[in-house]
This record gives sequence, C-alpha cells and structure tokens, in this order.
Amino acid sequence: MSGIAAGIRLAMFDKKVCILESHYVIGGLNSFYNMKARKFDVGLHAVTNYVPRGTKGAPLTKLFRQLRIPYEDFKLKPQNYSEVVFPNKRITFTNDPKHLEESIAKEFPHQIDQYIKLIEFILSYDNLTLDKVETQTAREFLNEVFTDQTLIEMILCPLTYYGSAIENDMELGQFVTMYKSILLEGFARPDEGVRQILKVLKKKYKEVGGELKLRNGVTKLIRKNELITEIHTEKEEILTADLIISSAGYLNTLNLIDGYEPQTPQKFTGMMSFMESISCLSKPQTDFNYDASITFFNTRENYLYEDAKDFIDPCSGVICSPGNYQLDKPIDEPVIRITNIANFKLWEDLKTNDIDKYYHQKEDSYQRSLKEVFKFKDDFTSAVTFTDIFTPHTIKRYTGHINGAVYGSPVKTKTGKTPFDNLVICGTDQGFLGIIGAILSGISISNLYGLVK
Amino acid sequence: MTEEEVRSAVVKIIEDVAPDEDLSEIDDNKALRDQIELDSMDFLDIVMELRKRYSVEVPEAEYPELNSLASCVTYLTPKLKDK
Repeated sequence: MSGIAAGIRLAMFDKKVCILESHYVIGGLNSFYNMKARKFDVGLHAVTNYVPRGTKGAPLTKLFRQLRIPYEDFKLKPQNYSEVVFPNKRITFTNDPKHLEESIAKEFPHQIDQYIKLIEFILSYDNLTLDKVETQTAREFLNEVFTDQTLIEMILCPLTYYGSAIENDMELGQFVTMYKSILLEGFARPDEGVRQILKVLKKKYKEVGGELKLRNGVTKLIRKNELITEIHTEKEEILTADLIISSAGYLNTLNLIDGYEPQTPQKFTGMMSFMESISCLSKPQTDFNYDASITFFNTRENYLYEDAKDFIDPCSGVICSPGNYQLDKPIDEPVIRITNIANFKLWEDLKTNDIDKYYHQKEDSYQRSLKEVFKFKDDFTSAVTFTDIFTPHTIKRYTGHINGAVYGSPVKTKTGKTPFDNLVICGTDQGFLGIIGAILSGISISNLYGLVK
Repeated sequence: MTEEEVRSAVVKIIEDVAPDEDLSEIDDNKALRDQIELDSMDFLDIVMELRKRYSVEVPEAEYPELNSLASCVTYLTPKLKDK
C-alpha cells in the first residue's frame, strides 16, 4: 500500500517508476483473498483517520490532495460506534470526539478534568517532525496524567492493538498520532472493503504511467560501497535505479543485500502477531447484539499486550463487524472477525512439524477465542456457515513480515534512511500505521527522497 | 509570458494542486498560506508542476519566493519570459 502511493507520487511528476510485487495482488498486509467464492480482506478492520470531505488540515484530506484522487473514490462509510469493554467498565466512541468525552465522564467522573488536559496535549503535539525523539513512553506519560490505571489501560487497548510493535506500551509520538487517528477522527470502511482502495490506487498509478510487475519480487540487491547498483528479481531480471524505495520492512530489505550483514538485527525484529478468525453468518450480527463497528476487549483485571504464552491469548482482542457501518445497503453476508494476540514461534513450529496438529490447533484456538468472547457477548455459533482462520504463520507466509509481526520493527526508522545512499524504506517500519498511515508514509518518503532531493 | 499570464498559470496550478480551495477572492499581496489551506506538501506540488509544465526549476532555498501570488509573479516572470 505504501509502495504504490510512493509510485503514484513519483510517476505523477514524470519519474520512470517500476513497482516489483512478489504476489499476484498488491497491498501487502492490507490485501485480500478469495476462498470458496467468498472475498475476504486481510488487514483491514477499518480505515482510521476518517474525516468528512473538505476537513482542513486532516491527514485524509492531505492524502487525497497529494494523490489527486477524489474523496468519493474510496467510498468511505463512517462507523456507527465502537467500544472498549473491560470487566465492569465500558467506554464508547464515535467519529465525534465529544461522544468519548461524555463516555469517560460517565465511567470515570473523577478523571474527566485530566482527560480534557490530555486532549489539549494531543491537539498541540507536533508529530510532523520526522526525527523527533521522545524520552517518555505513552504509558509513562499517561501515568503522570491519570491516577486510574483502568482508564489508562482502556485508552491503551485500542491504540496498542491497532499499531504497537512493542509489548505493553508504545512510543509517545506514535501514541499521539494514533490517538488522533482513532479516537479523535475515527473509523470508516470502504463499501467493498480494502479492494476498493487498492483498485483506486492501482488505477491512478497506471494513469500516471507507472509500471507494475506482479509475481516478480526482489530476490537480491547488489551493492557497491554505499550504493545499490543492481536489483535482481524472481523472474531473473536485473534492474537499476537512481532511487529504491522499499516497503518490504527495514530488516527484510537489508537482508536482501548481497553479502551484507545488518547490524543489531534483533533491535529491528518485531514479535507482536495475531490470530484472526472470520465467521460468516446466516443472520445479521445485530441479531446477536453485535452492534458496535469495533469492540476492543479485555477480560482480565489488568490488560496485557504482550506476546502470547500459549498459541493465543483469548483474554483480550478485537471484534470487528464490517456490517456495522453507515452502508448504503446491507453487506452480502454478515461477518464477525475476532483478533487475538498469538505466538508466532508456537504456530510456526507446529506448521513445520505436524500439519494435522496445526489445523486442529486452529480449531481449538478458535473455540477458546469464542468462549472468552461469549462471557460478555451473545453466542452466535448457531448462525456460523463458514469460518476461516489465519495465524502468525499465514501472516509471515503472505506478507513476509518477520515473525508474522503485523506492526513490524519495534524501532521505527522515521527518516526512512538505510546505510545505503539510494535505498530508503517506507511503510510499517517507517512508523506510519494503518492504511492511511501506509499511504502517507509512501507519499512523505517519495516527496523527500524522490522529488525534493 | 506576460505577468498576467504567469499569474494565471500559477492560479491554474494551485487549482489543480488544491481543488477544494476557493481562489476567487485571493489577495495577491497576502501570503497564500494565510488565505487558503496550503502546507509544505502542497508547495512541493506547485514547484513540481512548474517544472513539469514549464521546465522551471525552483531550488528548495527559493521556495519562500512563492509566498504570495505577487511574489510568485515577480520571481517567475523572468524565468518564464520565453515560454
């Protein structure tokens, strides 16, 4: 997603651009697949950063302007509402930040003044400076603002789940960016899911003259001193380029360089991965009281966002109902998606050593995941007609993310720089997250290295 | 190009870069940024369009010359006189 955005920007100003994609569809983590005549999205739960058309200065407005795509083309439909559910506490939010403020005032009346201060801080925060370094983490900062740990964790829950590459915390700058994109701006969904966005981006890229090579991933980069001189592909082509923008991840990109050993690789190795189940239903999800667009939940006393000790950690997660948006017509088939933190190594080892056990484990983990959800939501299993489950192994296999780490490296390279002069990165490891973040990452990096310089 | 033509060319570029902005009541002597929503990314696009349409190079250090419509005309007219 970030790669094609970068490609559009460069081709728009007459640069000769070629995108090398290893799969037969574009999108990377934000892509789609077909199974048994059904179409499923991979990454997309919702598009964040939703603002109505013409909203001044918003990231979404900048995105459409920079790509010269009409706002309407993404066909974004705003959410109904979303919720964060903890034991004995529930806060709800919509795309109007006043709603969340009222919800917090109701659940945490003793913290509302501090909450208003938090919003003032977030609105005044400069998160455009790419090389800014924060000394505090989000949790350290929140501990200074609030006295109520449950509120701190209820705020961290949706933000960590939607973008933290580190355990139980996140970088402060990233926290602010994500707070704005999720809790101040909010969620929407394209009518047709992620393929709508990919279709528009691909069309634009072709219109401005970009070349796209599918099933032709990069196999090797050849270097000479500080320059990458050759790009070798799966179809055994050899390309050269003045500038190479890689959306394959920081460490993955450096690992492609022939005879080069990246320094401190463990620093750039992420671990937060997930299992997701997709349950197709014969009845609308609202018949079972799944009314929220997205539910973030935690059933423990304390919220844990850390690598699962077992195959999955069913005690926290995300429930996503693509039908609960302000759609023009109901979706063809109601679906409930549930995401839990999962342990990459356990899944990967099982897949390698015992494929039958791997499939059994998928079913067992799905049942454990549902059982935990049904402690606070209605049981919808009587309406399930079809299920698909993807694991950290699946994520690694289809996206190439090391350890199936959805949010990539715990250390972000915001400037996009690598040790090589003509090689920069964009995408997750550059530090902008979600679909809108990915697209903006591609835009910023291509502007900086492809157009200004 | 005459000064008037340069002005029109710049206005046309801004219309394409920022199609949702209203340029009908723009004051030529005031900073563009103070009148319409234009950030550094948009200024980059104005520079890129000048290069693409008229082969005019504006180095990064000279971006401030594009501050207002009047300063754009002063700065660009010598560069566009033969176009």
